[in-house]
Amino acid sequence: MRAPRVFATVGTQLPFDRLLLALNDWAARRPQACVTAQTGQTEHHFSALHCATHLATPEFARHLLAADVIVSHAGMGTILMAAEAGKPLIVLPRRAALGEHRNDHQLATAARMAGLSNVTILPDAAALAETLDAALARRPAPWARPAAAQPRLIAALRAFIQGDGPRT
Amino acid sequence: MTRPNGTNTTGPRVLAVASGGGHWVQMLRLIPAFDGAKVHFATTDSTAAVIVSPAPLHVFPDANKDRPLRLAGLALRMAAIFLRVRPDVVISTGAAGGLVAIAMGRLCGARCLFIDSIANAETLSLSARLARHIAHRTFSQWPDVARHHGAEYHGAVI
Repeated sequence: MRAPRVFATVGTQLPFDRLLLALNDWAARRPQACVTAQTGQTEHHFSALHCATHLATPEFARHLLAADVIVSHAGMGTILMAAEAGKPLIVLPRRAALGEHRNDHQLATAARMAGLSNVTILPDAAALAETLDAALARRPAPWARPAAAQPRLIAALRAFIQGDGPRT
Repeated sequence: MTRPNGTNTTGPRVLAVASGGGHWVQMLRLIPAFDGAKVHFATTDSTAAVIVSPAPLHVFPDANKDRPLRLAGLALRMAAIFLRVRPDVVISTGAAGGLVAIAMGRLCGARCLFIDSIANAETLSLSARLARHIAHRTFSQWPDVARHHGAEYHGAVI
């Protein structure tokens, strides 16, 4: 069986060391795993992770598609791309009280996205190791979702572009 | 000029503007709506060009309300993009750059639509709250948010 691959991303704007430190601890205890991370700004060195501050769009997609499991903050870009690729996604929302974001909208995003079958929301960083072990033990085959928005949103947008429908 | 991605010379010229990250990924999911239009994309990350090729991609600097100098640079760059594209329609999925584009579109007589990010599940973003007064139409991707904050709901990107 090939080495398990994990791809982690915390966006590129604000640091999110709480998640990366927990992931680094896990990776140090699982030397057989290949763990790549887009870290954004950080002052830490994560010795057990392959790190990049910022990945170009094609590189980001390549790492995401190669991963068995994705770990991230509650960013919609990653949530949508993981859904399109049919990859298990483990999410730790950023918390404003810990200085991780300007507000707590990631808690709301995570709560609303918890219904996606590929998504697991972590209550705290301590839950990462167990959840990651369980997700890698399953390693389900990818099941892709449509890459387009809901048909009614496409229809509303198309009508607007073509000049039909109300202008207010 | 005919482009190979189903666009033509008679359709409206669309400028589709989104900041990098989640805003951009949401814009990509709207691409089927651009059939029959000449679409130009604009975002903050030039490496996204391969994703939308052969449609043209324009790049503007990332900025937010806490970075006034960068906002000014963003406005200048966006003005240059408008001179190049001369859009009939401006669509944005946020954030600050999209709002600037909506305001310029309004000044240029384009039809302007702002779609707030699906990440804003409990209230509209600041950009969307401002867009409500500028854009012809503003959508939220959550029915409750649309109802309580004066936006429209027409479904979501997922």
